[in-house]
Amino acid sequence: MVPTHYYLVLSAILFGLGAVAFVFKRNIITIFMSIELMLNAVNLAFVAFSQGWNRLDGQIFVLFVIVVAAAEAAVGLGIIILIARNRHSLNVERVDLLKL
Amino acid sequence: MSAPLIIFFVLAAMAVLGALNLIFQRHPIHSALSLIVVMVALAGLYLLMGAEFVAAVQIIVYGGAIMVLFVFVIMLLNAGVEERTHVSKLAGFPGILLAVALAALLAATVARSADRVQVATTGSVAPTKALANLLFQDFVYPFELTSFLILVAILGAIVLAQREKT
Repeated sequence: MVPTHYYLVLSAILFGLGAVAFVFKRNIITIFMSIELMLNAVNLAFVAFSQGWNRLDGQIFVLFVIVVAAAEAAVGLGIIILIARNRHSLNVERVDLLKL
Repeated sequence: MSAPLIIFFVLAAMAVLGALNLIFQRHPIHSALSLIVVMVALAGLYLLMGAEFVAAVQIIVYGGAIMVLFVFVIMLLNAGVEERTHVSKLAGFPGILLAVALAALLAATVARSADRVQVATTGSVAPTKALANLLFQDFVYPFELTSFLILVAILGAIVLAQREKT
């Protein structure tokens, strides 16, 4: 049996790497992927707690998080396509004007 | 060292290396592929914890649907290697400070919760049937609300991505 806090440590590491990627990356698609990485880290913590306390609520919550992530990916990638079409660049530092 | 522990460390190393590779690769398609590695490793960890249904959903929805969407958009926009820009030089210093603060906060929280969570570590069975009962009895209203959320997301994506009629 793997102790629950091993999973929590892994989840914290993955969340931290996702946060670092969110700040350091310049490509807007990669930044969006680092958000997905952070959501995955949170899901891991949910399932770990669910197993640690022998309750299933955590796994239900993971399903909801996955649904929200899917909806977010659909809308977010639509926004990215719009930005790429209007600015002709995927670099976030070139997207610094509210009005073209 | 027992077999589950070895499997855990292999999968954890896979996940962490995949996440590091996501940061170090400069082409978005390479980042997307390493993110898929992370997701598959996490699905393996869910299986290890006895959450079979969540593992299957992780592979199908995350590894399948969402990442295919990402790869599709990367290829549609013909995204190349990300260019290096150094607009804000000052941002590095507070950034490193905040990263250290976040890591310390997470470590402190995990360390505090570590002695409290080890209540039930007997081989937990999480049968999909119990999950379904919980989802469609106690959580049926949130479940129905998510369908509305997806409808809104579909409408939003269509409105955003359509070409303007000129």
